[in-house]
Amino acid sequence: MKNLTNILVVGTGGQGVMTAAEILAHAAIEQGLDVKKTEVAGMAQRGGVVSSHVRFGDKVLSPEIMPGEADILVGFEAAEAMRWSHYLRPGGVAMVNTLRLTPPVVSIGMYSYPADPVAEVRAAGVNVHDFDAGAIALELGGLHLVNTVMLGAIADLLPFPPETLEECIMQRFRASKPQWLDTNKKAFDAGRKAGLAAGRR
Amino acid sequence: MNAVLQMPAQSRQFLSGNEAVARAVWESGVKVAAAYPGTPASEMLENIALYPDVYSEWSVNEKVSLEVALGATMTGSRAFCGMKHVGMNVAADALMTMTLTGVMGGLVIAIADDVGLSSSQNEQDSRFWGRFAHLPILEPSDSQEAYDMTRRAYSLSEEFQCPVILRMTTRICHVKGLVAVGSREPHIGAGFVKEPSRWVMVPGHAKRRLPMQFERDDKLRDLSETSDLNLLEEGKDRRVGFVASGPAYMHVREAFPDAPVLKLGMTHPAPLEKIRAFAGKVDQLLVVEETEPLLETEIKAAGIAVHGKDVLPRTGELSPAVLRPAVAKLLGETLPATEARRPAMEVFPRPPTMCAACPHLGVYFTLSQMRNITVSGDIGCYTLGSGHPWNALDTTIAMGASMGVAHGLDKGRGESDANKKIVAVIGDSTFMHMGMTGLLDITYNRGNVTVLLLDNSTTGMTGGQNTPANGRDIRGEAAPRIDFAKLVEALGVRPERIRVVDPYELPTLFKALREETKINEPSVIITNRPCVLTQDYVKRQPLKVDEDKCTGCGTCLDVGCPAILVSRRGKEVKPSGKEVDLSFVRIETAACTGCNLCVQTCGQDAIVPAN
Repeated sequence: MKNLTNILVVGTGGQGVMTAAEILAHAAIEQGLDVKKTEVAGMAQRGGVVSSHVRFGDKVLSPEIMPGEADILVGFEAAEAMRWSHYLRPGGVAMVNTLRLTPPVVSIGMYSYPADPVAEVRAAGVNVHDFDAGAIALELGGLHLVNTVMLGAIADLLPFPPETLEECIMQRFRASKPQWLDTNKKAFDAGRKAGLAAGRR
Repeated sequence: MNAVLQMPAQSRQFLSGNEAVARAVWESGVKVAAAYPGTPASEMLENIALYPDVYSEWSVNEKVSLEVALGATMTGSRAFCGMKHVGMNVAADALMTMTLTGVMGGLVIAIADDVGLSSSQNEQDSRFWGRFAHLPILEPSDSQEAYDMTRRAYSLSEEFQCPVILRMTTRICHVKGLVAVGSREPHIGAGFVKEPSRWVMVPGHAKRRLPMQFERDDKLRDLSETSDLNLLEEGKDRRVGFVASGPAYMHVREAFPDAPVLKLGMTHPAPLEKIRAFAGKVDQLLVVEETEPLLETEIKAAGIAVHGKDVLPRTGELSPAVLRPAVAKLLGETLPATEARRPAMEVFPRPPTMCAACPHLGVYFTLSQMRNITVSGDIGCYTLGSGHPWNALDTTIAMGASMGVAHGLDKGRGESDANKKIVAVIGDSTFMHMGMTGLLDITYNRGNVTVLLLDNSTTGMTGGQNTPANGRDIRGEAAPRIDFAKLVEALGVRPERIRVVDPYELPTLFKALREETKINEPSVIITNRPCVLTQDYVKRQPLKVDEDKCTGCGTCLDVGCPAILVSRRGKEVKPSGKEVDLSFVRIETAACTGCNLCVQTCGQDAIVPAN
């Protein structure tokens, strides 16, 4: 399909992956585009792998992004970014939060967590932009802001103005949690700055 | 006000397939909607319940929900029933007779197949029910079609006076797309009219109605041949012509934009003459259907040459990536190697796990420490007890099956397991769904099973829906609350053998299990702490590990709490010369809600309040 943008958002259950994907989808709708969004979230609430596919353009048919097709990979967790890195097209960008979440199967020693997932993905030839979104979120008020920080980080990679995405986030908070409006604005700006800086490294 | 109610009429909305069905149900003037939760179907009823003018309920199981919906249509009102694929196995008894009575008001039954088993114990093709019960099947391929076809299904249901099955799959239910919605059109039933020859299905009455379902089949077949639900899309590359429905249609359109496609929206009865004419226009015909080769078999039986499962997989979801090589094989072509496609990188798995402080953790820790038991499990979050580190479930089959299977394990045991104690584990919602009858069977037949009834006061795995166990209805309003101790006593368990225990008290739990498994009669241990994801759960002070005291024994890791993490590993040589692995731990304080289970497993008192 022509003129299609494929964004794959990945992480683990409870990180806000699906919310981030939902906001991206609404930003594309604001641009007058056709949008489909699908999740693979088998029992995701229980700490499993979550991946959310957002596709937008003139006309979207299949909701799924195929391996080698994603323009942007948004990794909310380092090992998850690694797991899905083969979904990126050549030249695509992985925006990765360096957070490491170890599941119980790693804690009990059945599996091990990769020593440096970001380095491994980079060594595989992927254009990785990584930064610690958790540190930025904590500084601004709490880990719940990671979502907005990550969206800010990819805002300048989208085929529409970053302000469209920002306005979608603001709309959400204006309606439900106006007390968080200010901190989310700050989180989005800090995310943008961090994303741009990570891209320059 | 919620988003659904704010949705303006005649607008375009971004909806999941489930939300689109809910909207169409409301617009169709439906009066009664009933369901039992089940992934991926649950959100249909959750969203319908947001409309105050539709009576909505969580029924105790799918069979009851279908009967409620049928009763409502007998009055001339429109009704809706939605379930996951395995739900229809439970409801089928009612379905197979309501196909004879038919309906007065329109009835749409949405069945959601979990193709690819994202959250189910098996994979089934619900299109079989159309063949089995002589009912029409509509298959949407995105949210807009889920909406359109639901609206259409209500008029079809009333035109043919039979239920219409809407076959959904995970990839329809949970995919969001833009949907043009309309407004509610009232539909008023005239009330129930006594007509025993129609509504009382005794042999004499049923016999007279049997021929009607065959006449209906013929009329539905005619409709399928002529309806715009089954549409031919011309294409210039005629080497392969596709017959496709459901999500598979979108994958075909994406992968082969120039191919002719016969898109089937009504897949049963199949429009075989339309397909025959289409086959004559293309070099080869390929039917693309998920899971079973149902259309393929019928097309072949009609004497039409067709490919299908000879090149496509029999299980799991299809996608453009699956279709491209299959079609290349059919054409004898080799696919061009996609430029520089990277292989997937090896990363540890993240199997779903129980939540931090989940009341089931203590139960499975206890079961994992007990020797000499066989544990019959059931369907719910607690099925996760089969995984690491507990490995504490020996069987899982179907909703409620823990009871009957445990009884059979007891009665059928042989020499090798003659001394094993039989334990059944079941949740509150599952017990009410199908477990109650199994327990009655155990008590009546003088069985010897210790039942662990894990009452967390919700339907946990499907997202925490209300149940009779928490005394709230689908809209969160107060409803009668079931008393499990009284219920199991009424089912024949002696009061002395019924205990209610706190699953956060490991010694009490262990003692209760040991004592009850020693006694040769049915017993029930009810745990009484709510699911941590519900409003009923009260968080307590989080914990931390005193690093100076932690000896690295790793016992607390056996609780399986995701908030307990290994900070470093080591080795120690015992006086006996044996080398043992050490795992020093820390607690993710942000995730910990202070259930204190791990504290009780620590011999060193190394786990202490975080502040």
